[in-house]
Amino acid sequence: MIITYKDNILTAYLKGEIDHHTAKIMREEIDPKIERYKPKLLVLDFGKVTFMDSSGVGLALGRYRLISQYNGQMRVDNTQPYIKKVMKLAGVDRISSFEGQHDNEKQTDNIENKEKVEKEG
Amino acid sequence: MATCINEMKLTIPSKSSNESYARVAVSAFAAQLDPGIDELADIRTAVSEAVTNCIIHAYKEKPGNIIISTKLYDNMLIIKIRDSGCGIEDVNKAMEPLYTTGGDERAGLGFAVMQSFMDNVIVKSTPGKGTIVTMEKKLRPKINREKHSDE
Repeated sequence: MIITYKDNILTAYLKGEIDHHTAKIMREEIDPKIERYKPKLLVLDFGKVTFMDSSGVGLALGRYRLISQYNGQMRVDNTQPYIKKVMKLAGVDRISSFEGQHDNEKQTDNIENKEKVEKEG
Repeated sequence: MATCINEMKLTIPSKSSNESYARVAVSAFAAQLDPGIDELADIRTAVSEAVTNCIIHAYKEKPGNIIISTKLYDNMLIIKIRDSGCGIEDVNKAMEPLYTTGGDERAGLGFAVMQSFMDNVIVKSTPGKGTIVTMEKKLRPKINREKHSDE
């Protein structure tokens, strides 16, 4: 998994299969970075995730709780249909955008829009 | 009941590293029925949830055996996942979406995923003895599977 930090945005590019076994490993990589950088936005990028069960929802909800403690926000990116299907059972779409974004300019727009939406909501 | 075409039985220790093997084994076996890609993904996910429940809840991350059996029929498969763990006191409560005793990192969606991805889920549990989860998945008639796979 690659984790990048730039301009107050921490992005974790999740990779492979997410289940109870691998979610623990991913969590242990992401959390120290959240605590170190206290980013304004955490992006979980699911683009390279080939399988996910409800452990992935637990992973997303757990990171959302942690980033909220630092007054940060979270977004999930590039979720394939089979990932959305699991996420929707938990209503995770209510806390995070489901839009897949590929170029940076569009991504920035999306973050701003998302922040507006959350303030209004 | 239709005739059983083929069946398999698999016993694995309750190690979290076996979650991946369990779901892949069942879906590789189910592939004989030539299901759609989306149907196979549903089966993998449901098996992963049931096996994870055995590891986390039934055996509380301690050693134990998980027995997985799968029967194939013409347009359907039945998967049974059995443990000899602690059992569930209140099955209805355990099956409520978002209810979990697994702590902050668990979404409480295991049974909700099984129920939504499979056609029928039956849970039989005896506290102190163990739990059997039986899941049925009806496959679309073959002629319709290809065109739905992209959904």
